[in-house]
Amino acid sequence: MNQSDFLKIVLPFKDKVFRLAKRLLVSTEEAEDATQELLMKLWKNKEKIRDYKNIEAFSMTMIKNYCYDRLKSKQANNVKLVHSNYKEKGAGLDQKIEHQDSVSQVHELIKNLPKQQQIIIQLRDIEEYDFDEICEMVGMKPTAVRVALSRARKTIREELIKKHNYGVS
Amino acid sequence: MELANIEKLVEKYLNAETSLQEERRLKTYFTSSNVAPHLQEYESLFSYFKSSKDQTFTKPIQLKTKRRDWKWLSAAASVVLLVSIFVGQQEYKKYQQKKTYAQVEKALIMLSTNLKKGDKAFESLYTYENTVKKVNNILKPSK
Repeated sequence: MNQSDFLKIVLPFKDKVFRLAKRLLVSTEEAEDATQELLMKLWKNKEKIRDYKNIEAFSMTMIKNYCYDRLKSKQANNVKLVHSNYKEKGAGLDQKIEHQDSVSQVHELIKNLPKQQQIIIQLRDIEEYDFDEICEMVGMKPTAVRVALSRARKTIREELIKKHNYGVS
Repeated sequence: MELANIEKLVEKYLNAETSLQEERRLKTYFTSSNVAPHLQEYESLFSYFKSSKDQTFTKPIQLKTKRRDWKWLSAAASVVLLVSIFVGQQEYKKYQQKKTYAQVEKALIMLSTNLKKGDKAFESLYTYENTVKKVNNILKPSK
């Protein structure tokens, strides 16, 4: 397998990998590094790639695990505080104004969910994977995935209604 | 009618019972401009989902490993090794040649000195012969 064959396989889902990494790691730079790392790992094992049934689902699982590892080592290094205070690079005045925008409020709300629910919301509502694929990626049973997804959606909705009512009254 | 449908779908959506197709319908409805006022909280949710998909991995993909650098280094090292072996062999040959030259020289010197010795021996032979002749000459007339 040469480089262009490999890219043909990888390009369709590299953005999904990146977005999941960004969901978990928050920082764009770190998500880029994680994505790069994953692609390198795939490239190194390129001979085995054809053996995998679903390389995309496999990659999503790998990036999820990689991000968990990164977060864990961060906690160990005691820089969690820095991480949660992280602000996107180039956060200017317009972004601060946008921050009050309800769309980015959703971003904050999702950030407050448990990691697992964040992943499932990301996979279902943003990337639009079907349940079978999500089960494979997160290694959970279909019912458990549905429960987590329902819980996540309801939490976000309740928070949104709260915020919405604040604005009205 | 349409609104009742959407409300039903929203209910199903919250229970995570909607299909992908139904979720796409919700997405198109809530990202359109005419959302019912009592469902407005979903507007930001679905437009967030939609806009999130615009983020892309823009960095160029790097597949060159550091291993490749090592390969180059090893190639360079082997070339250096080959050159040094070649040069070393050449130098060794030169040294060997010098050594044999010196040996040959030494042998030739030895030969020449030995030849000189031989010469001296011949000289003494000549003197012997001369004396023999002299003695013969002396003895002849008395015959």
